[in-house]
Amino acid sequence: MIQLEQFLILSSLIFSIGVIGIFLNRKNVIVILMSIELILLAVNINLVSFSYFLGDLTGQIFALFVLTVAAAEAAIGLAILVVYNRNAGNVEIENINSLKG
Amino acid sequence: MNIFLPILPEISIFISAIFLLLLGLFIKNIKLIINLAVVTLILAIVFVIYQPIGTAFNNSLVNDEFSKVIKILILLGSLASIIMYHSSRKDLNIDLYEFPILILLATIGMLVMASANDLIAIFIGLELQSLTLYVLASLNRNHLASSEAGLKYFLLGALSSGLLLFGLSYIYGFTGNTNLNLISTTVAPGNIGLIIGIVFVTSGLAFKVSAVPFHMWTPDVYEGAPTPVTAFFAMAPKVAAIAVAVRFLIVGFSDVAFEWQQIIIFLSIASMVFAAFAAIAQTNIKRLMAYSSIGHVGYALIGLACGTEQGISSIVIYLSIYLVMNIGVFSFILSMKYKGEHYENISDLSGLYKNHPYYSVIITVFMFSLAGIPPLAGFFGKFYIFIAAIESNLMLLAIIGILASVVGAFYYLRIIKVIYFDEEKHSFDGFNHKSLHLLIHPSAFLIILFCLYPLPLINIANYAANAFY
Repeated sequence: MIQLEQFLILSSLIFSIGVIGIFLNRKNVIVILMSIELILLAVNINLVSFSYFLGDLTGQIFALFVLTVAAAEAAIGLAILVVYNRNAGNVEIENINSLKG
Repeated sequence: MNIFLPILPEISIFISAIFLLLLGLFIKNIKLIINLAVVTLILAIVFVIYQPIGTAFNNSLVNDEFSKVIKILILLGSLASIIMYHSSRKDLNIDLYEFPILILLATIGMLVMASANDLIAIFIGLELQSLTLYVLASLNRNHLASSEAGLKYFLLGALSSGLLLFGLSYIYGFTGNTNLNLISTTVAPGNIGLIIGIVFVTSGLAFKVSAVPFHMWTPDVYEGAPTPVTAFFAMAPKVAAIAVAVRFLIVGFSDVAFEWQQIIIFLSIASMVFAAFAAIAQTNIKRLMAYSSIGHVGYALIGLACGTEQGISSIVIYLSIYLVMNIGVFSFILSMKYKGEHYENISDLSGLYKNHPYYSVIITVFMFSLAGIPPLAGFFGKFYIFIAAIESNLMLLAIIGILASVVGAFYYLRIIKVIYFDEEKHSFDGFNHKSLHLLIHPSAFLIILFCLYPLPLINIANYAANAFY
């Protein structure tokens, strides 16, 4: 039988991969979008496993809300990325520096 | 019908936004859409005022005194930014009918945030607001700075939503509830899972209010976004996010206050000190206002760190004054234009006094008030915050706050020095715009009047703080 702790370890590993992916990645913005999805998936694993072990449905409903919002977030993120790409000609992270000071 | 009564303002704004979206497709009259959006927001303010106090949807939304006052502040901020948009839409190349609609949609999210009493409602409100703000930041589609601002805001905002959600999942897991009132009955000191949750949620919220060390996006986004959008960012979302933080921490976790108090104290000290020093080197006035807003959030967080009734009421006073000052300053920034071209650098203000003595006096009032110089309203905002801090034995916070506001006074006074004593440079024609007069004069009037007649605002703030105690 898999215990709650193991689910929590799994989700915190996925969460850490997501956060590290955002900060260590030096090449492409698309990778950051993927990392954000990973973070949201880690949250969903958390919610569903908590819900299962508490015997309470609210967590699963919460997970459905998170899924829906994650889809909307990805759509808006990609749209902004397309607009940026049209203006700047690329999506390299090193080139996103016209605003600084 | 009765179950929709508690969310009447949200529903009315939503219906109006959808209707205007359809209308905008067929009618190319942007002015009509702006007017209808303004009417919607005024109607929503009336609905909020006459709304009965109570709860809705199984206690996941509450309409109490605090949420009412915060909602009115949010609606006023949205109203002001739509009027600012109207004054500058042609010159800034954002003559799109989507702008007022996006503001309306973001306002719905912020209203939900103001009354959210459930983890799911907090999350939905926050996302409803953030997703719209990402689009607003990159509204100027053909402009590199604007789309870059939108991209940066999106990436960091999505990360902060992730942190917040991770925290929410832990809080749900270790208390077994999503309702803040039920959570408050089950919290116990020393629960590690709960502390992890509180830390993550607080850092997610700190991103949204742009408190140091989660402020990196603020200057870039404020500079890159079109000015009416920047004004909107500085006003309504900050108020809403602080309201969420207050309700989340005070209602849900007042029993373990010592666990989160240190986090808030750190955020507050870091924001005040960092903003005071970082703003000194700025040359762009929108960027300067970004650092200024970081500093002001630091002061507002002092009130939250107190966690007392007086602390909450001082937050409400501070936020209202902050909102009025920002309306004034941003309408002034929007007036800095000549023949359709907008100027954003502090050096462009040089010698303004010779061409526009009257408006120089008005911006002096705003800058003195932002710096916290008596007898203007900004001083009293800080005064009530510091009093609340001293009465809850947070002497250190009060002292650092006063020192930071002395350093901060430097960069506000520098603008005044440039206006009065430097060589004459530009003459602006943007001061003639009628809709900006609608904002700039009342806000200057309110800031000056506050010292003579502070009682109404203090009463409102005490009324709001009553909700929690």
